[in-house]
Amino acid sequence: MYQYDAFDQRLVEERAAQFRDQVVRRIDGRLTEDEFKPLRLQNGLYMQLHAYMLRIAIPYGLLSSTQMRALAEITREYDKGYAHWTTRQNLQLNWPRLEDVPKILEALAKVQMHAIQTSGNCIRNITSDPYAGVAADEVADPRPYCELLRQWSTFHPEFAFLPRKFKFAVTGGAEDRAAIAVHDIGIRVVRNDAGELGFSFLVGGGQGRTPLIAPVIREFVPELDLVSYAEAVLRTYNRLGRRDNKYKARIKILVKQEGPEAFARQVDEEHARIKDGPLKLTREDVDAFRRFFRPPIYEVLPDDEPALAGALLGKQRGFSRWFAQNVVEHRQPGYAIVNLSCKSKDLPPGDVTADQMDAVADLADRYSFGGVVVTHRQNLVFTDVRKRDLPALYAELLEHGFATPNFGKLTDIICCPGLDYCALANARSISVAAELTARFDELSQVYDVGDLHLNISGCINACGHHHVGHIGILGIDKNGVEHYQLMLGGSSGTDASLGRVLGRALTHDEVAPAVERVVLAYLSLRATDEEPFLETYRRLGPMPFKEAVYEPHHA
Amino acid sequence: MSLITRDPERGARLVEDDPWIELDTDAPLPAAGDVVVPMARLAGVGDVPGRLGVRVDGSTDPEALVAALPRLSLIVVELPKFTDGRAYSLARLLRDRHGYDGSLRAVGHVLRDQLFFLYRCGFDTFDLAAGKDVDDALKAFEDFSITYQPAEDHDQPIWRRRRA
Repeated sequence: MYQYDAFDQRLVEERAAQFRDQVVRRIDGRLTEDEFKPLRLQNGLYMQLHAYMLRIAIPYGLLSSTQMRALAEITREYDKGYAHWTTRQNLQLNWPRLEDVPKILEALAKVQMHAIQTSGNCIRNITSDPYAGVAADEVADPRPYCELLRQWSTFHPEFAFLPRKFKFAVTGGAEDRAAIAVHDIGIRVVRNDAGELGFSFLVGGGQGRTPLIAPVIREFVPELDLVSYAEAVLRTYNRLGRRDNKYKARIKILVKQEGPEAFARQVDEEHARIKDGPLKLTREDVDAFRRFFRPPIYEVLPDDEPALAGALLGKQRGFSRWFAQNVVEHRQPGYAIVNLSCKSKDLPPGDVTADQMDAVADLADRYSFGGVVVTHRQNLVFTDVRKRDLPALYAELLEHGFATPNFGKLTDIICCPGLDYCALANARSISVAAELTARFDELSQVYDVGDLHLNISGCINACGHHHVGHIGILGIDKNGVEHYQLMLGGSSGTDASLGRVLGRALTHDEVAPAVERVVLAYLSLRATDEEPFLETYRRLGPMPFKEAVYEPHHA
Repeated sequence: MSLITRDPERGARLVEDDPWIELDTDAPLPAAGDVVVPMARLAGVGDVPGRLGVRVDGSTDPEALVAALPRLSLIVVELPKFTDGRAYSLARLLRDRHGYDGSLRAVGHVLRDQLFFLYRCGFDTFDLAAGKDVDDALKAFEDFSITYQPAEDHDQPIWRRRRA
């Protein structure tokens, strides 16, 4: 993974010192709250319902075991012993005290981490494919490009005060595991007909109150133009994006109003002027970044591991189920990708305790070259586990609460913190997730429900990605009472689509039974046992589901 | 109001006497001195007694200034709110694309914690918002000794400087 050099190290230390000074000036009154707010936001510090919330950046979700231990220590010392993985592959602390934040930043800086630009109207943490570097379908590892963009965007002097927040996602896989179509800029690594590497740029996607699938504005940006092209997009947006209405300030609105072609022309015009300037990359530049992401030194192993085959045939049905659900093919023979589920009955989706973090660090060291990836679905991944180690790893994951066999399934719920924490929320989301988890835990063991993404947001800002859940749930306020809209048919994958509202909003208690009726309807309607929910929905449309939910006595 | 300037040779300092005289749309030209006129008056302004400056805001299209650039010694950019980032792109376009090498002055809601970025985008003079501590502000340029991306202060991205 990327290793800081003296430059990077000094930068995060200077950032910690700068923020320490800003906090002093806020406390002694030299900075007003209005003046302090954008500064603390650019450092990931929000004022929530009950306390501050600090969002720590995890570039493209990648952590070393050392970093994970430091996060555990910070969570224990400065918070209540638990934290939360976010849908942007970051970590949130829910209860830090303002005066402790400089100390937290210093502790982070010691392990090459920070909270820079995890909030505010600037370029946010860049997200990527959790299987980057090991996915079988990869054109090229996206992480060197993510790191290049991270460095380019860190304290970019021109883009610190954009009209609105700005999110990049980069994927190198044929299958989109980074939801690039619902980002401000989604970048797909591609090869052109001549076999050269480059990028397809999608611009203007997003969720929130105006969900949009990003159009491709340029099919092929040459590899060495990556940064200059990004700068051209940002400059065009910074100049022309709306600033009069925060709900119309995202780049998606600009792209929609101008039209993708007209927007692309303006970007191209700007790009033509700067592409051969200082931002033009050289082969050496890119290679220097690539070297940080070389694969680990794998053992030469047989792919059909007898120990694994034995375990799968054994009496432990739990292991077989977990293997089928949570373990994914690796491109290196004898290795596997293991998804650690952070969705269990014991904690809200995406929450993690400090002790669990320590356990993950230890397991990463022993089973996966000391690395772990945070995913946008709020789980963790060990990317390089020997197949022969899977039974032993499973036993340990089980002990630490990471072995729920639900990866990509109904109870692998994406969920925002909702009204329990968030100042923006209209409704609770964690309690809905808890009810659904309780209700479906057994059902999904009885039936093979297959891939089914259930996403819950407590408000229209869509932190829980409800628009792109196969089943999405949105908390709304209806005359002061929390209600929930049910939407079906969304997807954040390669075939990205936005869910459609099924019918009238439901009360808190109606949600779980309604989702259950949707799932039971699907099970009776699917063409084969293998047909996933999304396909059934796309084949039949909303009507049978609508009837099942709203007129169950007819069904 | 306190005017601060910074240049690579002499660093950051307070400007004691500002020679520029701000004129509104109809004020007559003075007999002597350097004048700043509003954008609306720029096209119509004839000979001026001293140097000429113009006052714009972040929404100004730099193309609209191109014809006048050779005459201009000062461009004053108004920041209505410190969170309005258009001034930063305007400054870079004036410097980088149009080669403007006169003075660029940020006025309006100009606060200490934006000075570092404003300077990097090509501003050299800063009219600090009323009531703000000048000594604090003068320190702002020291916030970071490392910058990752090329801007108007240098053209070496960090990945190239690492190999230097």
